Amino acid sequence: MNVPLQGLDETTVAAVEIACDVLVIGGGPAGCWAALEAASIGAKVVLVDKGYCGSSGATASAGTQIWYVPPDPAEREVAMASREAMGGYLSERSWMVPVLDKTFESVNRLADWGYPFPRNDNGEEQRISVQGPEYMRLMRRRVKNAGITILDHHPATQLLTLEGRVVGAGGLRRQAGGHWLVKAGAVVLAAGGCAFMSKALGCDVLTGDGYLMGAEVGAELSGMEFSSAYAISPAFASVTKTALYRFAQFYRKDHSLIEGAGSARGRSIIARTLLSEPVFARLDLAGTDEVKAILRRAQPNFFVPFDRRDIDPFTDFFEVKLRLEGTVRGTGGLRLTGLDCSTTVPGLYAAGDNATREPICGGFTGGGSHNAAWAIATGAFAGAAAAAYSLQRVSATDFGPACIALPDTKGIDPAEIIKAVQDEVFPLDINYFRTHSALLASLKRLDALWENVGRATALNEDHSLNLRQAQAMLATARFMYRAALSRTETRGMHRREDYPTQNPDQHHRLILSGLDHIAVRQEAVDPGAYKEAAE
Amino acid sequence: MMIEVLDTDTCTDCNLCVQVCPTNVFQAQPEGPPLIKRQDACQTCFMCELYCPVDALYVEPDADAVHGLTVEGVHERQLFGSYRKAIGWHKDTRHRRLIDDHFRLPQ
Repeated sequence: MNVPLQGLDETTVAAVEIACDVLVIGGGPAGCWAALEAASIGAKVVLVDKGYCGSSGATASAGTQIWYVPPDPAEREVAMASREAMGGYLSERSWMVPVLDKTFESVNRLADWGYPFPRNDNGEEQRISVQGPEYMRLMRRRVKNAGITILDHHPATQLLTLEGRVVGAGGLRRQAGGHWLVKAGAVVLAAGGCAFMSKALGCDVLTGDGYLMGAEVGAELSGMEFSSAYAISPAFASVTKTALYRFAQFYRKDHSLIEGAGSARGRSIIARTLLSEPVFARLDLAGTDEVKAILRRAQPNFFVPFDRRDIDPFTDFFEVKLRLEGTVRGTGGLRLTGLDCSTTVPGLYAAGDNATREPICGGFTGGGSHNAAWAIATGAFAGAAAAAYSLQRVSATDFGPACIALPDTKGIDPAEIIKAVQDEVFPLDINYFRTHSALLASLKRLDALWENVGRATALNEDHSLNLRQAQAMLATARFMYRAALSRTETRGMHRREDYPTQNPDQHHRLILSGLDHIAVRQEAVDPGAYKEAAE
Repeated sequence: MMIEVLDTDTCTDCNLCVQVCPTNVFQAQPEGPPLIKRQDACQTCFMCELYCPVDALYVEPDADAVHGLTVEGVHERQLFGSYRKAIGWHKDTRHRRLIDDHFRLPQ
């Protein structure tokens, strides 16, 4: 069999070419769990990361709570019921149960592998939270020791297809130079969400690459309207650890209190105030010195910017801003067709933020907890399914020589595209407080931009990666606003100023497909048993 | 902005920062310490500081502007290695790896 691959140009042979059973794109938690699971059932696995597996992505530089719930029926019931109303009833218990099971099992394995979980006063390990650097350093070690090939600084730029199946991917070797190409029986996309290079902590590598690559080969997306997550950070720093702001009160410049402003329910009041004036915070609800000490030990990275500026966040006022976290703490992503985390394209699986998190969160998440559990569980599910799919095929990767498209110049500056996209997605009065007119005007500008740069390629290799990231962010922004226009109600985090209430007739998911023309269709949700919460 | 200081006297040219930086800010040199080559790509995630085995790097928390810090200034304020110490990755602070007090947070 020697069929030319689609998506490739015949002109340049890749500098590095590897054949394997499963290729995992992305080395954050979802990618690591996927790789480990696939390797454990005998697959030969390659993991590529745009940056460095272990430090790249939203988890490594942060720290995260985990939706870790022991298999006690009462505790599980409370855990599942807790977010159903907030998510607009777009989640499904048929997903929550296996995700909770797999997360519980996997976090216990972390403990077996030596993760330094803290102990309470009775000496019992507390496994509800992990520190990002520690967690991801351990994951890299496990991946490496499992015999998995890790290729750092190997951004993927395109999936390879053969007769409608995904059979590998190619990309750039940004430090070594040249290209890489991996032929695989199956591919797991675990490339994260999209935070539009807002400098939210660790998120600048998350530019929606996996959405674009998936959509290019025909995969569908879901929940892209749930993409208006903004995190609170000091105005002078990148540390978007919003959790501790529940101990904060928010103030105007003259130090008068902004009534009702808060990190959870009151975040819209902060956003509303920021439309016209700066907002300041102070962690004055922390109370005792004991609580302050606990906060410091729980989130050391939160305090780094303050300590470096000699600011005491418990007693000093400091200016805050909202940084867009897009789908990283929103819920949109590639649509999964089942618990095996397959997409609609044979051979292509998605996990973590690269996949829509609606099955367990509906239209709302926020940081940590569910997101961490989703990465762990879908990583494992996708890795196992991809390995099984690949191993049942004979010579899955026997398709002759392949090569990577040689970029060609169109004189486009990726930095300008990125700035133009940010100008559409950062403003609170377009993306947070959504209206038909603002969304439509913005989408028209984004569509016009896409006509110019959607298929453009760049000559120089540095440019090439930047252009690809710019295209991915542009595609993501268009998915977001296409879906946001279609949902004429307020549900989950999607807030329509012109439709301020939840509409029972729109209790469905919005599925997107296509790139030049983005089609929208509705999909019914069976949330399983849930309690009607009084909202 | 961002990664501002590389103490070339302390640096051992191990180039670990070149590897771990997720946004490829550093560039290894044929000889001597790496360069802070693409400072504007720094996302201020502090990972290079955590992995630097000799505390030769300092990241200014401001993600959007350069502050012109010097090696001497950062030494004087004893800020080299301070984050690594805080999370227990320094050999003198290993006990701090076990102090994640999330479970003690008042609910």
